[in-house]
Amino acid sequence: MADGDAPLIEVKNLGVTLNTSRGPAQAVRGVSFALRRGETLGLVGESGCGKSVTALALMGLLPDSAVISGSIRLDGAELVGLPDSAYCKLRGNRISMIFQEPMTALNPMHTIGHQVAEPLLRHTGVSAAQARQEAIALLDRVGLPDASKRVDAYPHQFSGGQRQRITIAMALACQPDVLIADEPTTALDVTIQGQILDLIADLVAERGMSMILISHDLGVIAENVERMMVMYGGTVVESGETNAVFTRMGHPYTQGLFRARPRLGARKGTRLKTIAGTVPELADLPAGCTFADRCAIAEARCRAALPAVVDVGAAHGVRCIRTDVSMAAGGVGA
Amino acid sequence: MSVFFLRRILTLVATLVAASLIIFLVLDALPGNAAQMLMGADASPDAVRALTVKLGLDQPLAVRYLLWLKGMAVGDLGNSYVYGTPVAGLIAERLVLTIPLAIMSMLITVVLALAAGIYTAANHNKLGDVGVMSLTQVGIALPNFWFAILLILLFSVKLQLLSAGGFAGWDDGIWPGIRSLLLPSISLAVVQAAILARVTRSAVLEVLREDFVRTARAKGLGKREVLWRHVLRNAMIPVMTVMGLQFANLLAGTIVIENVFYLPGLGRLIFQSIANRDLIVVRNCVMLLAAMVVIVNFVVDVLYAFIDPRIKVANL
Repeated sequence: MADGDAPLIEVKNLGVTLNTSRGPAQAVRGVSFALRRGETLGLVGESGCGKSVTALALMGLLPDSAVISGSIRLDGAELVGLPDSAYCKLRGNRISMIFQEPMTALNPMHTIGHQVAEPLLRHTGVSAAQARQEAIALLDRVGLPDASKRVDAYPHQFSGGQRQRITIAMALACQPDVLIADEPTTALDVTIQGQILDLIADLVAERGMSMILISHDLGVIAENVERMMVMYGGTVVESGETNAVFTRMGHPYTQGLFRARPRLGARKGTRLKTIAGTVPELADLPAGCTFADRCAIAEARCRAALPAVVDVGAAHGVRCIRTDVSMAAGGVGA
Repeated sequence: MSVFFLRRILTLVATLVAASLIIFLVLDALPGNAAQMLMGADASPDAVRALTVKLGLDQPLAVRYLLWLKGMAVGDLGNSYVYGTPVAGLIAERLVLTIPLAIMSMLITVVLALAAGIYTAANHNKLGDVGVMSLTQVGIALPNFWFAILLILLFSVKLQLLSAGGFAGWDDGIWPGIRSLLLPSISLAVVQAAILARVTRSAVLEVLREDFVRTARAKGLGKREVLWRHVLRNAMIPVMTVMGLQFANLLAGTIVIENVFYLPGLGRLIFQSIANRDLIVVRNCVMLLAAMVVIVNFVVDVLYAFIDPRIKVANL
């Protein structure tokens, strides 16, 4: 399992252009990362920053009109440009995904047992009866009460948290190497969020999977992944070990995101801090740093060209040319 | 399920009673005395009065209505004013033609519509989609009797493959009968199929945008598998609703089409009976058509519950 240094997933210079009603949009630019077996990586950023598009690109599930450049390798095999029939053999088998909306992610017309067994029937040679037994075992493992009795129930008979457990069972059915969890708890009650994240963490550790966890919630990222990437406007603006990034945030955007998190115990009437301005339109991105228009320390050369990634520590990179200011004691405007 | 079923049956019965009441009152309100019509303008008033009594037309409205309901319950619909033979028998011998005609047109409608609807949705915005959808636009605009005449010109006059009209009956086996109903059922089906194809296409496209379709793709299912296993069943609810409504259009269409093809069916019987003021036949035929439409829609409602597991619980 722990097979030295060979990365399981290696993404190099990934770019995705989507066709939108407002013209082509560069949803993802120059995203690179590598993930070894058993490692966990977090993607964090606001809506529309490209984190979900990156995940769908890994799954090969972008719309047909999307143009993908760069390289995605799974165990050395190139996935970009792979025909759909070949991709189908990987999806749900070696790479699985958990989606944000458990209420709509399950087919209302099929029993949950059928839906959990479906990837097994698709990818392994098991009989229908074996798949059903396996589905019950999986549902039991993800903590669905009375799994053997409820295997023939329909999605509408379960709560949101239970449905998310079912989608997790579905994603894990074929023991994938990589699990992509796209905002797996965003649609759930706060009290359930922790349980689901703990379940995912346990399963990832238990099965030695690699995980890519996507969230807009810094707290979720801080507690669940070893490494993280902060995305903004389709680019990775900061990446590194989770601890390192939280200890020494290099990019003004990461710092803004951190200050904007709601805090318990804040004095009553304290307004939530926000980042001024709005996320840039992907169809109309500025030439330089995508964050420049909202950045307090931006200067003319920030707007000239997309800044290169600067190493600010061991495997800790920041896409900013003003790290001298942003990483000085206290950061920007703290 | 049982509560669902019971409520549906109650609705069914109530609808049938309401339909019978409306049919009865409307036909009764028509100007002209049936006895006078039958005997002609020159008949003596005494003779007309005698016939009025004989036909039971002198009794109060409510009594006549209840007698009709009772008659329907025991299968005695009275005698035709014109032919003097039992209405039930007249209708029965016409149904032998009209029911197979309706079933054939519905089958052709469903096969054409599902094929076209699924094909166009799967090839959304591609050439095939645009082409087939333009064809359905033409199909919707076609008057069925005119299309029927075109079919006769092509298949009967030019190619001499099928007869231009008339019904071969079922005595010589099933094929001669089906052959003579082929052109009529195609003429009836084309417009309905065009409408249903568009409904199917939009229903499938809507389901294709659902999250669970992406989940199914993420499991490793190909686009085609997702379409057949996950999308179609979800898309069937609106399609079936429209199918139930179309059945009524189809029955109404038989009145015209049976006349175009000289088919001795229920539609032609209604047409002739209206012309002859044979109101007792008209009333019972219209009631039968209404009952067929209501029952088909009842079946559609029950089928919803079999297709969609959520409906059983909701007890709609």
